Amino acid sequence: MALTTYLEAIRQGIWEEMERDDRVFILGEDVGVYGGAFKVTAGMLDHFGPKRVVDTPISESAIVGAAIGASYMGMRPIAEMQFIDFISCAFDQITNVAAKSRYRWGAGVPIVIRGPSGGNTHGGPFHSQNVESFFLNTPGLKIVQPSTAYDAKGLIKAAIRDEDPVLYLEHKYLYRRIKDEIPDGDYTVPIGKAALRREGGDLAIITYGAAVYTALEAADTLAKGGAETEVLDVRTLAPLDEEAILETAAKTGKVIVLHEACLTGGAGGEIAARIAAKAFDFLDGPVLRVAAKDTPVPYSPPLEEFFLPQVGDVLEAARILLDY
Amino acid sequence: MRIGISNKPETDMTKRETTAADGKNIPKEIKKQLLHYMKLTREIEYRVEKVLYRQGKIVGGVYVGRGQEAISVGTGMLMRENDVVAPTHRDMGIFLIRGVSPRRIIAQYMGRKTGVTQGKDGNMHMGDLKHNIIAFVSHLGDNVPQAAGAALAMKMRGEDRVAFCYSGEGATSRGDWHEGINFAAVHKLPVVFFINNNQYAYSTPVSLQMPVKNVADRAPAYGIPGDVIDGNDVLAVYLSAQRAVEWARSGKGPYMVEYKTFRMTGHSAHDDAGYVPREVFDEWKKKDPVERLEHQMLGAGEITNEELAGMASEITGIVDDAVDWADKSPYPDPEDCLKDVYFEK
Repeated sequence: MALTTYLEAIRQGIWEEMERDDRVFILGEDVGVYGGAFKVTAGMLDHFGPKRVVDTPISESAIVGAAIGASYMGMRPIAEMQFIDFISCAFDQITNVAAKSRYRWGAGVPIVIRGPSGGNTHGGPFHSQNVESFFLNTPGLKIVQPSTAYDAKGLIKAAIRDEDPVLYLEHKYLYRRIKDEIPDGDYTVPIGKAALRREGGDLAIITYGAAVYTALEAADTLAKGGAETEVLDVRTLAPLDEEAILETAAKTGKVIVLHEACLTGGAGGEIAARIAAKAFDFLDGPVLRVAAKDTPVPYSPPLEEFFLPQVGDVLEAARILLDY
Repeated sequence: MRIGISNKPETDMTKRETTAADGKNIPKEIKKQLLHYMKLTREIEYRVEKVLYRQGKIVGGVYVGRGQEAISVGTGMLMRENDVVAPTHRDMGIFLIRGVSPRRIIAQYMGRKTGVTQGKDGNMHMGDLKHNIIAFVSHLGDNVPQAAGAALAMKMRGEDRVAFCYSGEGATSRGDWHEGINFAAVHKLPVVFFINNNQYAYSTPVSLQMPVKNVADRAPAYGIPGDVIDGNDVLAVYLSAQRAVEWARSGKGPYMVEYKTFRMTGHSAHDDAGYVPREVFDEWKKKDPVERLEHQMLGAGEITNEELAGMASEITGIVDDAVDWADKSPYPDPEDCLKDVYFEK
């Protein structure tokens, strides 16, 4: 076991998979010589060489398209989006090629597209987004968002080994702020399985990514008032662990869905709809969503603080449900 | 309906080689194969567009490459079995040269379970990794980065293979076309870019598609060679492709060849191409690639009229059989809709 940052855990996961399987390679902007904008791929060019770590032009669409083409040849590419915000440039290759390839003509696309997402880092509109819901409505993709260093390593390994295209959304705010004890040796975290971060019977917060920590902080405050909160970290957005979600909803009857992405059209709607349809009899109050405001991510600190879902927002929603 | 356009479509072409002398270097047997595949391509596409579609046996879109057969066939004959190809919608010849059966192709058009994509996609939206063919998507230009990626894998693994990538001139206006070629050129990847400039993208003439005269005028911007070739002279196509593929195979990086031709149909079966001046069609009819090769071979004593008749009847037989087999094939089960979204063990 070793105390490892979330970022280092991702780096280790990629490194180990590169050693384990020489079909795995990395491509993206500044991933080689520079080691990646956040240093996730530091040291890899020197160790694995330029055939395994490819510095590309600024061409997100070609980065993903080339990853797809290489995967048709049996390779296992990891395509980096320097900031996940730039994934929109590759939207076409992801949704119309990668996602539909196996369905249309039986050709699997075992690629990973990864990049730093999320705000609270003064990044402004184009360096702070959460992009999962842009892709949720596209069958054929898998989408994961780890919140712990343990999961970061396990999920990147699982994503690399997965036969389908996986969007691996790492949260930049967590890169160096989160440290966990992670085991030595090889392990994976299954895609499609949620993790219970905290058990409780009075209220549930279903969440993922950096918002998990907001949920846990809110849970601590609520505990002081005598309410025990269950925090379920879904970890995978596609496919959702519906069983775990419904179990938590049924157990508590009062559910908050919390995420950092904007409210309208966010993944929270999908989760809430499934709970309303399939756990309705167990509900003891409406399913409430707490999320970022429906605006682009603003830059100035007081604006961004207002924009992001804070512990206070979660407590307000909890109050409504507990009083229901 | 005729839309006023400022330039007449291109009727004379910049040739970077002639075939008069070089054509003699192509063995008769290769020429016969070129002729066979062009004729087979034409017959299949005729049946699909003019017969089956009109009979209502094919629904949705039908896109053929009539008049442009020399391009897919002339270049396609250079493919080695382990080369990888990323065709577009007017490259039927590629599939035939690769050995995808006419039966499966017609069944594909007819949406049957026995079609190349088992009904999951239609018309030319097909591919088969067993034949090293990458299926194209409707978003033109998307295949260019994919071909570059395939070539990247080849180079990484030190394989003696080339990726063949096809675009129409319309596709060259998309960002992915630029990104893919730029990427391939920067990394000196073994990929050849063959451009079918048939001078119309739907109703858009090439003068509204690009400000330069030739697509290949852009090749120097990527630091790669770019040739402009008569796309209706299959022997010129073959020789130019041979040069391009040799270049890429020897590790010198990508090569672009633009083939000038003309789209002798509408964009699709439902389009009568009323926006094209009729005299332009007449002009290009005289340059028909199939007739040209026939004429040349007959004149050189490389084929007889009896052999031509035999070839025609063989092809008719192949296509009759394919249509019959496809028409008798079942449709997919409705629940097949749910299959293969994800990997299933």
